[in-house]
Formats: sequence, C-alpha cells, structure tokens
Amino acid sequence: MKTPSWSLAVFVFSAMLQTAAGIDVDLEFASPEEETRYRHLVEELRCLVCQNQNLAESDAGLAKDLRKRTYEMIKNGQSDDQILNYMIERYGDFVLYRPPFKPLTLILWAAPAVFLILAVASFWLYSRRTRNKAFKSLSSDERRQARRLLDE
Amino acid sequence: MTPKRMAIRAKFVIPLAVFAAIAVFFAFGLRLDSRLVPSPLIGKQTPAFELPVLHLPHASFAPKDMKGDYWVLNVWASWCAACLDEHELLVSAAKDGVPIVGLNYKDEPEDAKNWLRRLGNPYLVVAVDQLGTAAIDWGVYGVPETFVIDSQGVIIYKHVGPINREVVKSEILPFFAEAGG
Repeated sequence: MKTPSWSLAVFVFSAMLQTAAGIDVDLEFASPEEETRYRHLVEELRCLVCQNQNLAESDAGLAKDLRKRTYEMIKNGQSDDQILNYMIERYGDFVLYRPPFKPLTLILWAAPAVFLILAVASFWLYSRRTRNKAFKSLSSDERRQARRLLDE
Repeated sequence: MTPKRMAIRAKFVIPLAVFAAIAVFFAFGLRLDSRLVPSPLIGKQTPAFELPVLHLPHASFAPKDMKGDYWVLNVWASWCAACLDEHELLVSAAKDGVPIVGLNYKDEPEDAKNWLRRLGNPYLVVAVDQLGTAAIDWGVYGVPETFVIDSQGVIIYKHVGPINREVVKSEILPFFAEAGG
C-alpha cells in the first residue's frame, strides 16, 4: 500500500508549505529588493489580533490588511522607516516585534545580561569555595590523626 | 554573628528575596491585559477619511463634518458578536444625547442595515468602511472599538472591546456633560 502513505505525505507537506507561505503569493514586486524589504517588514511587524505571531505568519483578517497596506506603501515608494513609523503612530511600539530600546524597556533589555552575569559570578564564587575546601592540605595534627585511623 | 551563621542565613534569605521579587513582578504583570494595546492616537487629531453613508449611498461622511462638537466614533460590524453585547448601551447613550457615529467595519451593507432595523439604530450616521482601510488609519485592531473625540477633532479616549455600564458612566458621559450635550 504505497499510494495512501504517499498522498498523505504530499498532503502534509503542502499543508506545511501553506502555513509557511502565509505571505500572499500573488504580490508583484518591481525588484527583488522590494520583495526582500516587504518580507523583512512583515516579519518585524506584529499581528495585533494574534499577538504571538508576526504579520507574515498570521492568517487573521487584520494581518492580511496590514500586509496589504505594507505592500501598497512600498509600491508608493515609502521607505522602511516611513512604513514602520506609520504603524507605530497607529498601534504603538507594540506593533514592533523587537521593542525599541528606551527607558521604559530598560529592564526588558538589560535583564538577560544581568541574570547571565549573576549566574556566572555565583557559579565562579561557588566553585572557588568548594575547590579551596577540597584541596586544603591537612595540618600535622590532622595528618597524625588520619595515620592513626588508617593504622587501626 | 559568626560568618558561618551569616552564611546560613544568606542561604535562606537569598531564595526568599528572589521569590519575593518574582512574586511582585507577577502580581503586576499578570493583572495587565495583554490584549489592550495602548493607543498612541490619544491626544492626536482624528485620521481623515471620506466614506459612503450606509443609508444614503450618494452621501459621504468625514470626521471633519463633526468639528465643533464632542462626539463618539463606534467601530462595529454585524458579524461581530461582542458588538451585540454593547449595542443596548449605545442605544441608551444616544437617547441621553451622546452623538455617536458608526464606522461599519468590513461588513455587508445589507447585513448592517438589517442589524440596525432589528436592534435599534443609535447612530447619527453610519460610515461604511467595507475594506477596513479607514479602520487601519484609526489603529483599529479588534471590533468593537469606541473613540471619544473633542470639539477640536482630537481623540481624547479610546476603548477596545465592548463598552460596559462602568465605561459609559465614568469615561464617556462626563465628556458630554462638559460639552453641554
């Protein structure tokens, strides 16, 4: 029975392709650069409805509309910054998948580095302490005591 | 205190302090509703649009038509279940003299008309945004959404999701008392 498993494989594969290409396929670009810019922008912008997806991944109606708006703005010769600013003016910094670095987001950006430094520092302190303990040489009294215990 | 006793105390205190810090973060963080995106449009001029009017296909509506008055823009659609929840409140606010403009978002005009016939029409005028382009300009990301606009055409309040009695009473009606509405 080779056919059913093959058709299943094809079905699964095409389903995967479809999710990967949430990007509308019928868009035409004047140049490969424009297309690259478009793909980059829709990956940077968040879908406001399904918040853990970007515009490229989402199938929500609003995501489609915002992709279309992005496309039209590229076609109208607007720069990436102009497009991103247009979105930020309407939806706030939240629309960016990568939050900008500013006082409000300081903790967000600094926390991973702070935690890494803390972890490395405490590991270093801990390992230094246990190593000192393990290799401390015995005093002559302790040596005598050990000898006695071993001789018994 | 001997160094040893201090070390023992630190062993207990440090995890406790870490736990307390995390607890504080969660206490605040978990109470935030991540679906509420703060609108950067508050304090800004209303984005312009010019759209056909639902009941008068040859007429058009633009936000600047409302200049000089405080007014409410309510984004809704007949396919939107949450819009049903707030509809009654809109009708009663309209009766209290609040001028409400509807922005019918990505809807079929016939469905929209039927809905208003069935449930009552709280709107002074309904602008038809069938493609949802004006809504994008207004930063709409979920229907229903409700904006309050002052007499200078500046957005002063925005509510995402269905409005409730509390919102009407404390966030919307006060503006209209001020404006003498």
